[in-house]
Amino acid sequence: MTVQTSGVGGAPPPASVTAATTARAAAKPAAETRTPGMIVRRILYFAALFGATLIFVFPFIWLVSASLKTRQTVFNNDLFPFPLHFENYARIFEVVPLGNWFLNSTIVSVLAATTVTISSAIVAFGFAYFRFPGRNVLFWLVLASMMLPGAVMLVPNFLIWNALGQVNSPTFAPLWAGNLFGSAFYIFLLRQFFLGLPRELFEAARVDGASYPRMFWSIALPLTRAALIVVFIFELRAAWTDLMRPLIFLRDLALFTLPQGLNYLVKIYNPQGGGQGEFHLVMAASVIITLPMILIFFVAQRYFIEGIATTGSKG
Amino acid sequence: MTAAGATAPNRRRWHVAEETRWAFIFLLPWIVGFVIFIAGPMLASLYLSFTDYNVIRAPELVGLDNYQQLMRDRRIPLSLGNTLFYALLHVPLLIIISLFLASLLVRVGRAAGAFRTAFYLPNVTPAVAVGTLFLLLLAGGGLLNRVLGVFGIDGPTWLTDPTWVKPGIVIMSLWTLGSTVIILFAAMRNVPVELYEAATIDGAGTWKQFRHITLPFISGALFFVLIVNTIASLQIFAEVYTMFFASRSGPAQDSALFYTIYLFQKAFQDLDLGYASAMAWLLFVIILIITAFQVWGSRRFVYYAGDDK
Repeated sequence: MTVQTSGVGGAPPPASVTAATTARAAAKPAAETRTPGMIVRRILYFAALFGATLIFVFPFIWLVSASLKTRQTVFNNDLFPFPLHFENYARIFEVVPLGNWFLNSTIVSVLAATTVTISSAIVAFGFAYFRFPGRNVLFWLVLASMMLPGAVMLVPNFLIWNALGQVNSPTFAPLWAGNLFGSAFYIFLLRQFFLGLPRELFEAARVDGASYPRMFWSIALPLTRAALIVVFIFELRAAWTDLMRPLIFLRDLALFTLPQGLNYLVKIYNPQGGGQGEFHLVMAASVIITLPMILIFFVAQRYFIEGIATTGSKG
Repeated sequence: MTAAGATAPNRRRWHVAEETRWAFIFLLPWIVGFVIFIAGPMLASLYLSFTDYNVIRAPELVGLDNYQQLMRDRRIPLSLGNTLFYALLHVPLLIIISLFLASLLVRVGRAAGAFRTAFYLPNVTPAVAVGTLFLLLLAGGGLLNRVLGVFGIDGPTWLTDPTWVKPGIVIMSLWTLGSTVIILFAAMRNVPVELYEAATIDGAGTWKQFRHITLPFISGALFFVLIVNTIASLQIFAEVYTMFFASRSGPAQDSALFYTIYLFQKAFQDLDLGYASAMAWLLFVIILIITAFQVWGSRRFVYYAGDDK
């Protein structure tokens, strides 16, 4: 057969498309490559994908629409409410300390993401670069700890932070300080990237008299920037989204994080749970908690997608 | 090799020792964290599971009482049953639909990028917000039932009818299958194109190609997705908690009571920390057994490139 000619940007091209283009490259009669059957099939693929896209995206539009309705109309299924009740967004800041919650979530997420990125990178470099007795056993422990269900650690972790007087504390330590010690999944991920760096780079630096911390800081880190960003945004998202730990560790309304605050709003407003029924405010708060993640996703989309794809192939 | 280390033997030994010392300096954060936040808590949790403890009084050893209570507590089989029911419905559907969408993506060339982005959007939505959104979508006269109505189906009350609560939760969690699609899509793109070309020449149809080329090649990624999603679905918490348990009482709480939610209630609402620890260990053992079973089963079908057996 002919040589592959249709590679797009280095990535292996999708199979069936390539099969078709290869055939064309071999200068076969056009009728054979573009049969009506193939065109119909392609249209069907796109139709199915557009259908799926609608299912994934439409609920967002629905959410925004509901957040602009009134208490009476929030469940009425109109896609375009009129008039638009933007004042819901102002109301929600008046009835609960949403500004505080937003700030708390931002502090916790940035601290959690920063600390876990730095500490995991340090540990991952230790596993990737050095050869020392016990390395395999220790790395096996890292992998094993990845499989531990979080539930087992819940009660003792609570007792640790309780003993340190950090329950309901404005330092939010229980929500991020554990990240100072690295996280198994990120260590595993970053180690793979460090292993991919050519060892000669480091040997050359050794000859020039560079210390290990310097090699880590000036060679390893800059060359794995993309992977570090992946870790940072993954943890940012995880911390921004977490509900269980805030529920366990924070008691004062003013100290709540956004997910915990939204949970509280459901408690007081959700009509199905016996609340007061102001569900349009719950929807407005839901938009506020979701929007920052969507914005970050669009800015750092490449890292999200590549990060996810990598976890699958390295796993 | 460094000039200093290679010359004299004892200089070299010193160099090796120095490397080991530095290795442990780099590993120190994780070793400390492992002792304080993993090994220590696991041992503590095992000890507490044999005690009666409510934070205020010191833990009191009660032998196997907590484990005996696990046998009698009817909410244990209830919550375990709910969780397994959910996992058994959710994980296979998740994988089948993701496989379908990923193989569509592979067939549309460059357009795949935009679709992939759209599929992933729900994954960046905080779980609690997913919960509130689906309180709206699954409501009696909500969007889902209205869509079903178009097809002449009289939708159930997803949020209150005990039979339909868990299927409703499955529908909600399938909305966030984007990351699975991305993983499977990335794996599918790595399948050598020549294989499909050869198969086409041999007259193999789409299904045969999928079954005998695609599936074996992506079995590693498939296995990863299976394990990770099984473990995650056995611990589902945030969205369901917000939907059904934000208030202490509500409709259909019995059919939405998942194991982690019950564990959370026991530990942090009833402050029955000894019993909650026993519950945590039961979950740990169950997850271990299921994972071991999946690993064992995978030996039969996972194929790694370069594996010549």
